[in-house]
Amino acid sequence: MKQRTFWVAFAAVTLLIAGVFSYFASSSPDGLDSATLRGCEVVETDAGEELVGECIAQHAAEHHLADSPLADYTLGGREGTGGLAGVIGVVVTVGAAGALFWAIARSRRDKPASSPR
Amino acid sequence: MHMSDGIVNAPTSLIFGVVAIGAVAVAAVKARSELDERTVPLAGLVAAFIFAAQMINFPILPGVSGHLLGGALAAILVGPYTGVLCLTIVLVVQALLFADGGVTALGTNITNMAVVGVAVGYGVAVALRRVLLSRRPGGLGVLAFLAGLVGTVAAAMAFVLEYAIGGAGSGSLGAVAGYMFGTHALIGIGEGVITAATVLAVAQARPDLVYLLRGTEQARKQVAA
Repeated sequence: MKQRTFWVAFAAVTLLIAGVFSYFASSSPDGLDSATLRGCEVVETDAGEELVGECIAQHAAEHHLADSPLADYTLGGREGTGGLAGVIGVVVTVGAAGALFWAIARSRRDKPASSPR
Repeated sequence: MHMSDGIVNAPTSLIFGVVAIGAVAVAAVKARSELDERTVPLAGLVAAFIFAAQMINFPILPGVSGHLLGGALAAILVGPYTGVLCLTIVLVVQALLFADGGVTALGTNITNMAVVGVAVGYGVAVALRRVLLSRRPGGLGVLAFLAGLVGTVAAAMAFVLEYAIGGAGSGSLGAVAGYMFGTHALIGIGEGVITAATVLAVAQARPDLVYLLRGTEQARKQVAA
């Protein structure tokens, strides 16, 4: 495979997963969340979801950044914006990771390969 | 498998915060031996791919789902130390930008997914390397599947350890441990399938870039071609 084809394909698949496939993800709690919900029933009330019973999740605190603009993989809580939020996440992640890894790789190059002493 | 704040008490969060900082610091130093100009792009993309894949919850039981953790995937493709850093970046982005996984729970979440998941996944991959890689290319798929499966269960057990040390609530530890093991054995099958498919796809296209294949016949052939 040509070098460029590989990178373009990898990036395209990543963006497709975050931007499109994410709409088809299961909304059920994951293994750990359902472990913490055992013993409780989730009841829909006017004030939102409420946990009735006795379970670990009742001890969970609200997220410190629950009001952040991208909280819960949406743009400002608007419905249907999950794909866009995902794409933003992909861009931020590749930017942060790329910058860190590039700095690490560079720090190695800055070291003299072998000091003739 | 992101923990919220408050699932374990403050001292436990602090202990695993220290564990996570220590492990990430070691990884940042050791990753120098894994990263060069040629491998930086793959490492960056692997982190982004794991972020995207973690958005995809797949059903495992009625009303219960799971998602890729990506520890074994990252370790096999870009190396264990770089893999720890990939997962750490994903978890920090999720916690700070998407309110997914508590902020004070970052230490436990990094310990479970970025440290234990990567270390155990990579350990399984290395242990199976001699047996499985000498055979047909399919061997790499089996290796990746098992590394993903075992890494996922190990990450779940790390949570159980944290819960045993300082968990909230009065639930029985045995019940939590049994439930975590059972659900993550199932989630681990999904993890294994995604890990195997991704590793095989990259190894097919660019075996020279796959960390676990460095120095093997498979990678040399590609470089020569």
